Amino acid sequence: MKIKTFLGAMASALALSTGANAQTEIQWWHAFTGANGDRLAAQAELFNQSQGDYTVVASHKGNYSETLNAGIAAFRAGEQPHILMVFEVGTATMMAAKGAIKPVYEVMNGAGIDWDPNAYIGAVKGYYTSPEGDMLSMPYNSSTPVLWVNRDKLREAGIDPDVDLSTWEKVDGVLTQLKDGGVKCPLVTAWQSWIHLENLSAYHNVPFATKENGFAGLDTELALNGPVQVAHIAKMGEWAKDGKFIYTGRRNEGGANFRAGECALFTESSAGYGGIKAEATFDFGIRPLPYWDSVEGAPQNTIIGGASLWVLAGHTDEEYKGVAAFLKFLSSPEVQAKWHQDSGYLPITGAASDLTREQGFYDANPGTDISVIQMTANEPTGNSKGLRLGSFDQIRGIIDEELEAVWAGDKTAQEALDSAKTRGDALLRRFEQANG
Amino acid sequence: MEKRVTFKGWILPLILLLPQVIVSAVFFFYPAGQAIYQSLYIPDPFGLSMQWVGLGNFEYLLGDPYYRASFATTAVFSGLVTVVSMGMALYLAVLADRLIKGSGTYRTLLIWPYAVAPAVAGVLWLFMFNTRVGVVSWYLGVLGYDWNHVLNETEAMGLVVVASSWGRISYNFLFFLAGLQAIPKSVIEAAAIDGARFWTRFRTIVFPLLSPTTFFLLVVNIVYAFFETFGVIHTITSGGPQQATTILVYKVFSDGFVGQDLGSSAAQSVILLVVVGILTVVQFKFIERRVHY
Repeated sequence: MKIKTFLGAMASALALSTGANAQTEIQWWHAFTGANGDRLAAQAELFNQSQGDYTVVASHKGNYSETLNAGIAAFRAGEQPHILMVFEVGTATMMAAKGAIKPVYEVMNGAGIDWDPNAYIGAVKGYYTSPEGDMLSMPYNSSTPVLWVNRDKLREAGIDPDVDLSTWEKVDGVLTQLKDGGVKCPLVTAWQSWIHLENLSAYHNVPFATKENGFAGLDTELALNGPVQVAHIAKMGEWAKDGKFIYTGRRNEGGANFRAGECALFTESSAGYGGIKAEATFDFGIRPLPYWDSVEGAPQNTIIGGASLWVLAGHTDEEYKGVAAFLKFLSSPEVQAKWHQDSGYLPITGAASDLTREQGFYDANPGTDISVIQMTANEPTGNSKGLRLGSFDQIRGIIDEELEAVWAGDKTAQEALDSAKTRGDALLRRFEQANG
Repeated sequence: MEKRVTFKGWILPLILLLPQVIVSAVFFFYPAGQAIYQSLYIPDPFGLSMQWVGLGNFEYLLGDPYYRASFATTAVFSGLVTVVSMGMALYLAVLADRLIKGSGTYRTLLIWPYAVAPAVAGVLWLFMFNTRVGVVSWYLGVLGYDWNHVLNETEAMGLVVVASSWGRISYNFLFFLAGLQAIPKSVIEAAAIDGARFWTRFRTIVFPLLSPTTFFLLVVNIVYAFFETFGVIHTITSGGPQQATTILVYKVFSDGFVGQDLGSSAAQSVILLVVVGILTVVQFKFIERRVHY
């Protein structure tokens, strides 16, 4: 009798444990730390609690470049995660790796999930969609550059804090006033290539690269040395020389200067919101990114930065079902609206944006809808859909080097951008050869 | 002068050599072979396909003026790191060697920085020279000097050289101190009795007798400056401003891990291997002749 009870207990224990094992694990590798890392972990946790079939395990793998490399190395070793966060400049690399990825539309359709790709905001979706119109990766965190204003600094220099800053012509005048008013750091920027060349080009509807910025083929060439870009960089070079534009580094080092209240104007991603709101002890405002009034067709629309989620090949159908369920969960209006309001990233669906408006967030936090308006103001053109260039992370490095030569006064804007084109094109040809 | 130890037969020397041969094969010959193999192809990042290009990667690299400029940057950087770290270490070792009281404490303190990893050292120095909150750059500002290594190429080079040399001074110090203590006191005393002052004694006796140590450190430090300073450069300048601090090994990283161009990255590793090989042969052939063992 005793043995029977024992066996029975064993059997039920076994049944329990297999019950627990039946939860399929979904590995998600990401690049977020700090507040956004916590928000991301909370999303995974919420999903895990909302259902019993799948467990999403989120792992931090370093910054964007490191996460991409970790994913590539894992794939080569046959131990790739299900979901990999890849920054927007890695899009062309991922798209070209046909055997390594499982396009998101296939994952969703294969899992038989009710899913509408048209629910996503066009300018966001377009960046990650194939020329045939299929969505290849799931937009996750997308942002667009805006102009951050330290209103106290403007007052300090005797300028009306509501002064018109819609065009660079007007900003030019304000910078002079700031400088004359004794402000040591009138303008600072983050991500110079992204804001002052990539977005500048889209915003003024001029090509950054040929072949629709690379969307139409790997045989694309850079076109960033056109008159609009050269004029803008030349002007910034002048500002740098006059001490009106302060260069702080290639990434977002300038954020520290702005948040500490040293700088008056700051061109940075809309996703700077979380940090600035938390740290700034001054009255700050958000304005649309300025444009050159003299350029016809401006302002067009700005483009996104950030990352999307790529599903990697080589997993079972059951696991892909879990991935699909999770991606659908992430796109839901509630999750997206919260993400958008907390972090300053764009809502990736129209529904999330509407929900945010209904909740009264835009009224309570003026300026937070500027990024959405700026991105969706006009139907994107071939010049403003986004960028799809191979080796783009490294090309950005080249652009950074050349821009530094302009800020230091070693090269003219024309020389620097011509050189950036020549050097960048060499990398594009390498990429074409490797992936052609 | 040459001493030779000869073994009878093959087995014993083979067994004695075997561990070293295995270690070299696993950690050197195999990876180096892989690098040479990959340098002849242009692979895609995920390893799905490879294209044979022969020496195409090398042609591409050597035709690139920025890559060639990186050689000059590396030469300047390695030269400065070697001179600064060995010079400072020798100076400190000579001083510590003359100490009678408290020499143990000095030695321990001087050896400490060696325990700091290059990347951490980089962050430490970056913190001191940070253009906004750095202590040193702030004092320089008070003195009227506007420190900005973010845009000034000379300052950037100076900063990475100092940060790379700092931890290395400890390592070199250890060897120099041991070398100094191995010099027989009687020789120095004899010279002193003959009326040779400190500087004369150092120049004519101590430095020549220290030459085996100096030679060893020269080889080791150049290899260090070529390869192990990556962490410092990555944390402080990322190769900038412009390309002022892009040394060869940093470009290997940047092409391989930022650009995912593994063919070019492998070809650069092979070139580096050859350069360091040649340098070491040159050192052994020409400088070692002047070394007294």
